[in-house]
Amino acid sequence: MRERHPDVVVVGGGLVGLAIAHGLLRQKLRVTVCDEGDRDFRASRGNFGLVWVQGKGVNSPPYARLTSHSARLWPDYARQLQRDSGIDPGHTRRGGLSLCLEIDELAEKSAAMAALKAHTPGFDYEVLDAAGVRRFLPGASPDIAGGIYSPQDGHVNPLQTLHALLAAFEALGGTYLPRCRVDDVSHRAGAFSLTTSGPTLQTARIVLAAGLGNARLAPLVGLYAPVLPVRGQVMITERVAPFLPYPTTSVRQTTEGTVQIGDSQERVGLDDGTLPEVLVNMARRAIALFPLLRSAQVVRTWGALRIMTPDGLPLYEESRSHPGAFVATCHSGVTLAAAHSELIAPWIAGNDAPTLLETFDGARFAL
Amino acid sequence: MAPVSHFERLPCVGGEVVTITIDGEAHEVDSRWTVAAALIAHGHTRCRCTPEGQSRGPFCMSGVCFECRVDIDGTPNRQACMTPVAAGMRVVLRQDLRALA
Repeated sequence: MRERHPDVVVVGGGLVGLAIAHGLLRQKLRVTVCDEGDRDFRASRGNFGLVWVQGKGVNSPPYARLTSHSARLWPDYARQLQRDSGIDPGHTRRGGLSLCLEIDELAEKSAAMAALKAHTPGFDYEVLDAAGVRRFLPGASPDIAGGIYSPQDGHVNPLQTLHALLAAFEALGGTYLPRCRVDDVSHRAGAFSLTTSGPTLQTARIVLAAGLGNARLAPLVGLYAPVLPVRGQVMITERVAPFLPYPTTSVRQTTEGTVQIGDSQERVGLDDGTLPEVLVNMARRAIALFPLLRSAQVVRTWGALRIMTPDGLPLYEESRSHPGAFVATCHSGVTLAAAHSELIAPWIAGNDAPTLLETFDGARFAL
Repeated sequence: MAPVSHFERLPCVGGEVVTITIDGEAHEVDSRWTVAAALIAHGHTRCRCTPEGQSRGPFCMSGVCFECRVDIDGTPNRQACMTPVAAGMRVVLRQDLRALA
């Protein structure tokens, strides 16, 4: 019965929901996570795994600061996660590169980096020509225009990270309810009652971290989360000997040797399939950047739906009409996981809203 | 030690006998087998290693698990369970990661 009357119910068992839930347990709260099933749309099982600072928030200083802060928290958070779960999320932070085939693209990116640095304390970057890129990545083509290196960038193994979050959550006493779709939420005398496909849950606080599901759930508690799906296609090669010591925005190599290729973005609704023409373009671009990929064999491809708000920025808000109900949604659930656990969880637990989060409410979407 | 196969070879109808090599050693196999079937029939249930050094071999036999990858005629990491044998085929079991060149 304990899990039916927790202090907090988190709706959504992906990277966002579990990172918040993990943080809430460390605030000594009793937490239940309602998750859906394997066949539902799960951005957290199809992503690229970057903990990425360069390029985030070029036009939004608050987003740049939040991203930068979370990337800074990640090394300690990875250790915490490993202590709590026994699973290594595979985090490294040695820097990362975004590469440009054309000189115009590089000039554009350099200007964006200058803007980002101007409003982001602690952010550093270097503009590199092809020879400069090849000092970091000897496998890069000498014919590319160049790239941007930032020492603040890093990556994780995203599936290990999700696994570690779930294992940490359960090890610290959280209750995880899979295949537990939330159908309705009612609010009476300061308490929420959740009708689900499993048990009915009673709680004083509820966190909507259901990704695309937040669009349906938010209005039930007086919130507005107009999120839309953006499809990213990913290609996985056979495991090969290490040749990419740093991640890039479109190609990275895991510690196991797998090369992951993926930088597509399509607005195709709730369709998580793949398209040969998109995959061919991704492969062509990857080979232009790293010619030795020509002989690599692709063993898997997939599409995953990322979660996008109208302005691409995260959404964090407590409901005014239903105090105790929060929404948290973003498209960078890996990068922001450390901030979600360390900043959002204490806020939901009752601390003041952190200043880093205060511009991310839904008021900006109102007409 | 002689390789031990826990699989029983059922009678096969209609195929002919072809010769392939597995790590240089010639084996006669049924032309309708997959490479994975040939590996299992000849006791090669460990055909590669994970980067952590654990052995892997044919498992799902249906193209899903990617555990049975071997070098076939010079192309690395082909799925043995999805590749029919052919006369003169050269199969090499690789225990390390290949380098891209």
